[in-house]
Amino acid sequence: MTTTIDAPPAAGTAARIREHVVNLCAGPEGGHLGGSMSLAEILATLYTRVLRVDPLDPARPDRDVLLLSKGHGGLALYAALAEAGFFPPERLGEYARPGSEFMAHPHPEIPGVEMPSGSLGHGLALAVGFGLGFRLDQADRRCFVVMGDGELQEGSVWEAASVAAAQRLDNLVAVVDRNRLQITGATETIDALEPLADRWSAFGWSVRQVDGHSCEELEAALTEPPAPGRPTVVIAHTVKGKGIPFVEDQPRSHYAKLGERQHARALAALRRGAAS
Amino acid sequence: MTASSREVYRDAVLDLLPRDERLVCLDSDTGLFDSAQFPERYVNLGIAEHTLMGAAAGLAKSGRMPLVNTMAAFASSRANEAVKIDIALNNLPVRIAATHSGVSAGHLGPTHHALEDLAVMRTLPNMTVVVPADGPQTGTLFRQALRLTGPVYLRLGRNATPELPDAPPVTLGLAQVLRDGADVTIAACGPYPVLAALDAADTLAAEGVSASVLNVHTVKPLDVATIAAHAGRSGIVVTVEEHWRNAGFGAAVAESLAEIAPNLVLRVAMPDAFVPVSGGQRYLAERGGVTSAAVAAKARSALGRDPR
Repeated sequence: MTTTIDAPPAAGTAARIREHVVNLCAGPEGGHLGGSMSLAEILATLYTRVLRVDPLDPARPDRDVLLLSKGHGGLALYAALAEAGFFPPERLGEYARPGSEFMAHPHPEIPGVEMPSGSLGHGLALAVGFGLGFRLDQADRRCFVVMGDGELQEGSVWEAASVAAAQRLDNLVAVVDRNRLQITGATETIDALEPLADRWSAFGWSVRQVDGHSCEELEAALTEPPAPGRPTVVIAHTVKGKGIPFVEDQPRSHYAKLGERQHARALAALRRGAAS
Repeated sequence: MTASSREVYRDAVLDLLPRDERLVCLDSDTGLFDSAQFPERYVNLGIAEHTLMGAAAGLAKSGRMPLVNTMAAFASSRANEAVKIDIALNNLPVRIAATHSGVSAGHLGPTHHALEDLAVMRTLPNMTVVVPADGPQTGTLFRQALRLTGPVYLRLGRNATPELPDAPPVTLGLAQVLRDGADVTIAACGPYPVLAALDAADTLAAEGVSASVLNVHTVKPLDVATIAAHAGRSGIVVTVEEHWRNAGFGAAVAESLAEIAPNLVLRVAMPDAFVPVSGGQRYLAERGGVTSAAVAAKARSALGRDPR
């Protein structure tokens, strides 16, 4: 199992996740850029500082489970898994090639991917099942489910949120990547989510809010013990497209196929950001 | 003798649950179970069918074998995406016990009828689809289904239906041969359809027509070999089901036989329409044309015999 004692700093991992994502979005099919960039610190912190997982034994029975419910963040997940050692980073080059298991949305053929995702609003119900299973096993395991904010417009999320609270699943942690954008615009102008923290509270969840680009804040929120009998949600305030000034906070960053010049500009921006 | 398939299933669960640590009964407030009977491994998630199916997948992935309880209409339509993506795509050992199938919900009306579920479930990769024809074989097929490693859809009714007379032992995946005849094969699926098939075979026998009667309780994988073997002698198959005629059991038989031999398949099924009236299961099925008379008439027309 990875331990948090000697684990690498999450920020460096986040920077490498971003670079991988940008490179993959410069490939022939492009990719989900914006929502992968907003996830970098969330996934980096989870894999380097929080999750008890074993890259050499991904199905280890006592592992924590991470579900990427916003399946369109698949590129960030692949990058995080590669950085965590689940497979060599060179395998990222298989993304979107004919016959490749590295699809835009994650599939469990990829080492470290627990469940397929892509259709929004599935992860939290799955997490309820994992939480019930861990409790029946009396196992000291947790299930983390990473959701998009636009995803919270799906009714199934709130159905599962209600059930999770009713079942008192305090081994369940949801992380909301609150980048405030969906494909065609701002969440608040399309189907408003606010007051989001109040909504989760009203559903019986313990709510923590953090700067989703601060690995320190994320680590603190994700490692603090749960309120007994309550599932935890961490609302991570993020910026879609974070790290690439020409797409940051723009809905059109949702899916991008970076041309040669854009690719170079994006990498340069990431390096400037990492150096600053 | 009559027995309700859902009650037989419930009794089997009560018997097996304490003896098999893998089993977890996941309920959606159906009222089928008395939670006091289960100290552990019974969870009523409330009226939340998507979450029911998703949670079953998560539970299965964490090493359990969930027994999921809801009505057929909600399992096949409302929660279908979770069944497809979370259960079938992951090929997880989830058993979906779907009660109130066909028109067995009777007077509860078309919101509670499930006349599409075989079509929906049999198209899903990895899914096994089982339709017991009476109470006793519900218990047998359910226990056999627990040995499978992938998901199972168990299509159950609401109220008691008659036991099949003199039926040989039932084996999951193999059509049960109830009668062996040379002139026509009647392949039936579900309690009243099988009874209609037997009754039609008696009527035809009196007219000098000998009919095979197959209880095809496993719709997927379909026992094409047995159906084709019986069809091969006559070339004529009449299917009977309590399901919409489109894409259901008869359609599955027709699809398969069309690929291997020039058979004639005639379907007796519920018409392509909702059932907007009250009534019991048998009444509504017969009102929809699922009758022994319809089966016999199809057989006669295929054999070129005049109706009597």
